[in-house]
Amino acid sequence: MAAGRDDFVIAFRSAFLKKKDKQKFSLLTLIFLSILVIILSNFNFKIIKIIKMGINEVVYRSSFFISIPENKIKSINAQINEHMKLYDDYKIIETDLENLKQKELSINFLKLENDKLRKLIDESIKSDEILAKVLIDKESPFLKSIVVNKGTKDKIKIGMAVIDRAYLVGKVIEVNYTNSRVLLLSDLNSKIPALLEPIGMQAVISGTGKNYGEIQYTKEEYENEIKIKKIIVYTSGLGGLFKAGLPIGTISADNIKKVNFFSDFKQLEYVKIVSFNIESTN
Amino acid sequence: MSSLNKAPISNTSFSYFPIVILFISVFNEFDFNYLKIQYFSFNFVHILIFFWTLKNPNHLGYLSIFIAGVINDVIVGLPLGLSSFCYLLICSVTAYLRNITLSPNFINDWLSFLFTILLVNSVQVIILDLIFLIQVDYIKYLINTGFTFIFYPLFFFIFNYVNKKIIVKLND
Repeated sequence: MAAGRDDFVIAFRSAFLKKKDKQKFSLLTLIFLSILVIILSNFNFKIIKIIKMGINEVVYRSSFFISIPENKIKSINAQINEHMKLYDDYKIIETDLENLKQKELSINFLKLENDKLRKLIDESIKSDEILAKVLIDKESPFLKSIVVNKGTKDKIKIGMAVIDRAYLVGKVIEVNYTNSRVLLLSDLNSKIPALLEPIGMQAVISGTGKNYGEIQYTKEEYENEIKIKKIIVYTSGLGGLFKAGLPIGTISADNIKKVNFFSDFKQLEYVKIVSFNIESTN
Repeated sequence: MSSLNKAPISNTSFSYFPIVILFISVFNEFDFNYLKIQYFSFNFVHILIFFWTLKNPNHLGYLSIFIAGVINDVIVGLPLGLSSFCYLLICSVTAYLRNITLSPNFINDWLSFLFTILLVNSVQVIILDLIFLIQVDYIKYLINTGFTFIFYPLFFFIFNYVNKKIIVKLND
């Protein structure tokens, strides 16, 4: 029994403490170092922040350059696919354009009316958009996020909304000097206050880790209304984090808990980071 | 005389194969962990580290593994140091296995690999969920572990082939 224990101790000591010929550090030293890194990275000391930002800068840039060949192959593949279905797309776009022209007229009228009403209550919304390129789009099954090439030097702040064309895709959760990380709406940890229109109901849209979102914390009566109307989900602007009215996605009648996002998060190349400010003289 | 001690560049560069593959895997956007196929993913880095630290640790240093872990954390967005810790846990198991194994055999390695990835993924989920309060999908982790286990034999034969080549070339 004692011999068995001795064998275990010898094997354990040899595995953890002895350095092999070509190993510069023992395993135990590096395990302690990684635990130290985990603990230290959670403190908000200035020096740790600077080191963390430095590591992020170097790794993001390196990853961007190393991924260039792979991204080139991806874009060639996408171009070939687009060419293959060019004619079909043209026909769809032609009818869509006609519909949009008609809708634009009514939208212009609503916009003017909205501006007049805002003037009446002395409120104006100032918003700035910063165009950013997606540096890293590592599609991890566990965390859904992207890295963009704008950071504190471009006045990016944590919590800013990120949009693709007009559609909300996520929010900034980490800012470095020249780049930032954006948590996508599809991430399990993403929770966005939303408004379901045209029924005018408040809800929280939560990510699922998949390509769609889920409705949480809303009234149960909405289920009946949703079955008869096509619901579009917008940001509600509650909490002051996002500008109200940013389109998020649609809810289909067949699955009333599921939100289909407007934007395809796998195809993001350029996004806009939006800051907004509500000014009121009242 | 000194030329006898020098291995040709092609031979020495071949021995960097595991490190190069490891760093490409963590740096590149392409990831076996996500192949755009629903419920199908496996952790290539775990297989790579397990195999090379078990069979030929001289070609995959612990320091490189630690650095690769930090890079993976930064790119994926995990808390800094977590992947390094998990990768080094794999190294700990393989180092222990190397010390207690007299005659290695594939089935034992494969079963030990299952135990190792279950341990590592459990540790990762516990740290993420309980300490950092980051929500994770347990089912995805379990499926990922399953596929990683299933794919081990395929990569075992590829890596074994490369490992034999490295040994032969270095002995030339």
